Amino acid sequence: MKKFTGSSDYVATEELMNAVNVAMALEKPLLIKGEPGTGKTMLAESISDALDKDLIVWSIKSTTKAQDGLYVYDTVQRLYDSQFGEGDVADIKKYIKLGKLGEAFTADEQTVLLIDEIDKADLEFPNDLLWELDRMEFYIHETKETVKTKNRPIVIITSNAEKELPDAFLRRCIFHYIEFPDEEKMREIVRVHYGDIDKKLVDDAVKAFYEIREMDALQKKPSTSELLDWLQALMISGTDTDELSEKMPFIGVLLKKNQDIDVMKEIKEKGYTLKAW
Amino acid sequence: MFLSFFYFIRAKGLDVSLNEWMTLMDALDRGLAHSSLTSFYHLCRSILIKSESDYDKLDLCFAEYFEGIETPEDLPEKFWKWLAEDEEERDINDKEVMDSFQLEFEQLMKRFRDRIEEQKEKHSGGNYWIGTGGTSTQGRGGYNPAGIRVGGYSRHRSAVQIAGERNFRDFREDTILDIRQFQMAFRKLRQYSSRIDTAKTELDIDATVDETCDNAGMLKIVYDKPRRNTVKVLLLIDSDGSMQIFSGLCNRLFQALRKSNHFKDLKTYYFHNCIYQDLYTTPRCRLDDSVKTEWALRALDSEYKVIFVGDAAMAPSELYRKGGNAYVGMYNDELGIEWLNKFKRKFKKQIWLNPNKECEWDSMYGAQSCEAIREVFPMFELSLDGLEKGIRKLLVK
Repeated sequence: MKKFTGSSDYVATEELMNAVNVAMALEKPLLIKGEPGTGKTMLAESISDALDKDLIVWSIKSTTKAQDGLYVYDTVQRLYDSQFGEGDVADIKKYIKLGKLGEAFTADEQTVLLIDEIDKADLEFPNDLLWELDRMEFYIHETKETVKTKNRPIVIITSNAEKELPDAFLRRCIFHYIEFPDEEKMREIVRVHYGDIDKKLVDDAVKAFYEIREMDALQKKPSTSELLDWLQALMISGTDTDELSEKMPFIGVLLKKNQDIDVMKEIKEKGYTLKAW
Repeated sequence: MFLSFFYFIRAKGLDVSLNEWMTLMDALDRGLAHSSLTSFYHLCRSILIKSESDYDKLDLCFAEYFEGIETPEDLPEKFWKWLAEDEEERDINDKEVMDSFQLEFEQLMKRFRDRIEEQKEKHSGGNYWIGTGGTSTQGRGGYNPAGIRVGGYSRHRSAVQIAGERNFRDFREDTILDIRQFQMAFRKLRQYSSRIDTAKTELDIDATVDETCDNAGMLKIVYDKPRRNTVKVLLLIDSDGSMQIFSGLCNRLFQALRKSNHFKDLKTYYFHNCIYQDLYTTPRCRLDDSVKTEWALRALDSEYKVIFVGDAAMAPSELYRKGGNAYVGMYNDELGIEWLNKFKRKFKKQIWLNPNKECEWDSMYGAQSCEAIREVFPMFELSLDGLEKGIRKLLVK
């Protein structure tokens, strides 16, 4: 069996790679938790890239029901069709539309299925999927058919911990918590994304970035994706890297809350260094 | 084969089920642990542990259970390095190499032991210490709670050592009543209404049947607005002072309420012991972050369900005397009990949740004030059972 060893544009820790490989070997869903911006969603993309498998993304919203992922029976369309005599309404199959989970089950080749932000949905949502994820099959009542998986998909589930997940669900998953990367790892991530970038710029920016993250006064700490955007802004504008942490150009890229930007302004006006603040 | 480890971690409070254990055994059978303790540690962590808050518990268990056990995974690395440095090839079992290694190992042990002593003096009560001497030839060193273990040259740290570092200490929370249980209870706090401003997205079956009949059997579909929860909650939490010991419990209650996104609105304020003219917006109860209680009473409509959380234990003067406010430098013209009655008059539904056990209410410190407050508000114990009773009270028409 092929093993996941990270991909050219994604830096994975050894623990994370291990967890992915264990989940793949045991054919269990992998539940990924971690701060926003630590690359939870990116992981699935990277796995699908590295193993050359199709990626199916099921983004969960607060209104998403478990049934949506399996199949939807379009009754209204069928009623209309029968009224206007269009198509063969006796063929119920025509009105059964497979959801993302159904798609992944019926695919001819093994796919990577990403169930993104499962905690957004209703509290009962994960419980409703227990059987389907366990057995990788479901039953369509309307056609009396059982959809069985041909190739068990690699299931990656991400959660931002907005809601607690039920025990029964957790017990069926392999769990991994992505820690926020340290400075060294962060430089590696930057290298992967931007390749030959001015080393001094990276050093200064990463340093300033971690100084900002350590400030307690901030309501929302910037994350990896914001650092990458910031670096890009700095590169394009060709900003002088001297006194980067004093001047803090393009602060709006890093900080997303008005209050946080006000705090930075105050620091600048009073001429404090970030540390002293 | 690791059955005793299974019972060991269960005894240490990790809720590992038999299913998960069988999964781990399955993984071991497939050789996913690569016969190394480090891999075994990661395997255990990803299969048995389901929350980052439990990582620390596992670390502790691991450090204790596998104390002193080292798999040879480091050794080939070390010898390989020696071999690479030396031009002449040496046998792996070369006596001299072994000795010099042992010697250095002993020295390192001593040095780290000394440092740990130092550390303990500076941080009394601190029970962990992370070695970071990463740049020197000694490499990293770590302290595990049950003993001392020094990692040598290896780039791979051993499992016991990683565990000993306890990187996940911050996430630890001893959950008695967990957030999900609270959330499940709060789900019952619902009152549906379709009188809200949204698009008509739900099929109204009755109206559809009627309309279709009126339309001589030609299908005519009628949609209706979805019904939404209209419950608004005002949460008032006693913080600081005698409530400090319950901060974990209150925190979980607060988290559960905040994460329950089915409420139409949730307002949270803090107070100290009793409510006076100011309500605080942070648990620190500073006047800088406060609103006038009068304002809250005016601005919030009477439909808000009010939940007080507090131990209701205070000196009688805090309820019955002008200037009874327990905060130094704060004076109140109106009696504490009067303020509470203002809430009672303004809002239709309110309950008081007390983290103290119900059987202790009559005998605990502050029994008198507790009694007085119970005359104003219905009081329930802050437990799953009490919460459910309280919620039923809030929903009674």
